[in-house]
Amino acid sequence: MASVIQKCTRSFFQTAVLKKPFSLAYFSTVSPKDQYEQMVKQNKVVVFMKGVPDQPMCGFSNAVVQIFRMHGVTNYDAHNVLADESIRQGIKEFTNWPTIPQIFIGGEFVGGCDILLQMHKNGELIEELQKVGIQSTLLEQEKKEE
Amino acid sequence: YPYLWTLIEVEDLSDGCGAKISVIVVSEQFEGKPLLQRHRLVNSVLEEELKSIHAFSQKTLTPEQWEKLKNQPSETASVDLTTEF
Repeated sequence: MASVIQKCTRSFFQTAVLKKPFSLAYFSTVSPKDQYEQMVKQNKVVVFMKGVPDQPMCGFSNAVVQIFRMHGVTNYDAHNVLADESIRQGIKEFTNWPTIPQIFIGGEFVGGCDILLQMHKNGELIEELQKVGIQSTLLEQEKKEE
Repeated sequence: YPYLWTLIEVEDLSDGCGAKISVIVVSEQFEGKPLLQRHRLVNSVLEEELKSIHAFSQKTLTPEQWEKLKNQPSETASVDLTTEF
């Protein structure tokens, strides 16, 4: 789905630029920084990963998917950096973070796989999710056990 | 660097697809800093090296945290946290 949108956007962009030169001015006002700022705010949780949640292409991206699954978070935006080299480089520059995966909660950069795993272990992740109005299913389970 | 850095452990997990390194770093400089900032510090120190490493994983601890962790060998053995480029 996302790749279809990307393709559509790209072809629209090309058409717009080629056929209507004046629209170039409009597009150039959207800086890469703004573009990524919008991307990471599009959903409460946004992940840049290798592959897609149903088929992660590396163990570290898979770890992120599994952690969110444990918390019952499945409705997040996942950008496959393997499908778009410009996003792969662009997101690294945007966050000044050299590795993939990269995780955003509430539009804020959280970190990579190491940090998410750590937050999962010490309970911080439940709190961060709560701040953006997501109730972790792990929290519900804890309540039931009490 | 004006601070004391102790590199506790470097594990080479390299396989067919390139260099994979896992490190434990203990530093007083991490005191009072959130994880994200700690990792950024390590990233900035290794900026050049990271370009040629395929996967890099880090555990960043204060001396105090390291003392606690040392007494739990099972915990340190599970440094399998990782990030790929």
